[in-house]
Amino acid sequence: MAEALLSLHDIRVRYDDLTVLEVDSLAVYPGEILAVMGPNGAGKSTLLRLMGLLQQPTQGKINFHGREVAPTDGLAIRRRMASVFQEPLLLNASVYDNAAVGLRLRGLDRRAIEQRIHPWLTRLGIEHLARRQARTLSGGEAQRTSLVRALALDPELLLLDEPFSPLDPPTREGLLLDLERILRETGITTVFVTHDRDEAFMLGDRVAVLIDGKIHQVGAAAEVFLRPVNEAVAHFVGVDTKLSGIVETVNEGLAQVRFNGGCVEVAGDFQAGEHVLLCLRPEDITLSAPGEDFKSSARNRLIAKLVKIIPWGAHYRAELACGDSRLVGLITRPSFLELKLHEGDDAVASFKSTAVHVIKRK
Amino acid sequence: MEIIWEGIKQALGHILTADSEVLGITLRSLWISGAATLLSLAVGIPIGIALALARFPGRSFAVSLINTGMGLPPVVVGLFVSVFLWRSGPLGFLELLYTPTAMVIAQLIIAFPIVAGLTMAAFQTLNPNLRLQLLGIGASRLQLLWLLSKEARLPLLAAVMAGFGGVISEVGASMMVGGNIRGQTRVLTTATVLETGKGNFEIAIALGLILLILTFAVNFLLTHIQQREQLRWPKPS
Repeated sequence: MAEALLSLHDIRVRYDDLTVLEVDSLAVYPGEILAVMGPNGAGKSTLLRLMGLLQQPTQGKINFHGREVAPTDGLAIRRRMASVFQEPLLLNASVYDNAAVGLRLRGLDRRAIEQRIHPWLTRLGIEHLARRQARTLSGGEAQRTSLVRALALDPELLLLDEPFSPLDPPTREGLLLDLERILRETGITTVFVTHDRDEAFMLGDRVAVLIDGKIHQVGAAAEVFLRPVNEAVAHFVGVDTKLSGIVETVNEGLAQVRFNGGCVEVAGDFQAGEHVLLCLRPEDITLSAPGEDFKSSARNRLIAKLVKIIPWGAHYRAELACGDSRLVGLITRPSFLELKLHEGDDAVASFKSTAVHVIKRK
Repeated sequence: MEIIWEGIKQALGHILTADSEVLGITLRSLWISGAATLLSLAVGIPIGIALALARFPGRSFAVSLINTGMGLPPVVVGLFVSVFLWRSGPLGFLELLYTPTAMVIAQLIIAFPIVAGLTMAAFQTLNPNLRLQLLGIGASRLQLLWLLSKEARLPLLAAVMAGFGGVISEVGASMMVGGNIRGQTRVLTTATVLETGKGNFEIAIALGLILLILTFAVNFLLTHIQQREQLRWPKPS
């Protein structure tokens, strides 16, 4: 693998006796988009501030291009990066002057600034707002200005701290798509912090999951999404069904796992007697009515009681009780209407043995 | 009422004919209070910024001192400056008592807590994350302070106005450390007190009017700048 652009080693951040961040190792490689995902209060913003050299760690070192960052070269390295925060944080000046502020700090002349700013104003669709005062902008326009201010600096590392979270869904979607296109086209190395897993998986080449100040998993976006390493990550990436079980039998790559509520067949390399956690994403569970002639290649069919049905965007979210265990599935609106299921009814939950992600328990 | 009208008429006469004594007193008032205000900005703004942005042991105590200083009675300032500059006092060897310099020192002590306190308040109204944002796009420490000051310029103008207003209108300290010496340390406020005491109301009213006009003119100018800036940035609906 190429040399990391920026890497953190044995980092600790403590406030009094409270350790808020504990990262043994994390690297950002040239050209990649690393999405750091985690719940509120996980330490994501602290991590980003450390990467941007805006905060000193209590302990540990930060390398930039393989060289440890010394306190004396903080400004020089900061000028090779650019940060965008959750709030646009614009100055009381025009859109153009806000976009130009970073370049002015670097002492560029007026013509050079113009040449750098205008293409980005156009690219982010706010050229017509250049003379507008920043205070008059909408949230989306202000965040676009903030992005122009950062991108015009041509940074080696772009640090984005939940830049979309205060925006309404359509504005957020538009900006997210524009940013995704720009980052792919330019290949700017980016660290993107978010609590939104959809944003993380849409933008991130790799995803790091930060929970309670610790990195639980780093890997390709699909890997983290489909193969979480532990229950906490599974919960955060949207695995709603988590069943504790014991492997009963193993036969040619297929294992029978008994859980409190039934028995399921899963694919993988296991040993009888192993304690495991079975993880199922809601979209991998299909519901049908008992007795219905339901054609499916799914090897697992569990009879469960429908406990709750909640409208869930374009779907319905169905919570099912199977013994003492709980399963969650998503049904499309047409399927839900067709099935004529009600709370309290029995239903059949079907899923493939390969859809089950198994976490081995120690 | 007649005495007031007569006073105003004579006052206008003194002003319109540019009476040399009145003119001298006015110019002296302006430069003493102007110098004290400028010095108080030089001292008060950095202190205000430090109190707003830095976290250090004893900060709360320092903030309390500044807040107390904002309401410091001028006579108390006059008393302490007099004691220090008295011939047998700790700074008596400087021989500054009853000089314009002593008045500048006293007015500086009155004005700088006002400037520091209002500067601190001005910086505290800024979004705390703006600091990180400016550093995050490559500002040096000095550039950061400059940009934050520009951002807080409207409330900072209020600090200038309050500082100047505090010293131009002050009488106790100026009287005590300046001595109200004709042609040397007599300023608009001390002269007004003296002329009123002597019953020369027309002169006293003239001096009072000039003081009012001067204060109004300076504040009008600063308010004009402040409001023009404010109008340039309408709030989004």
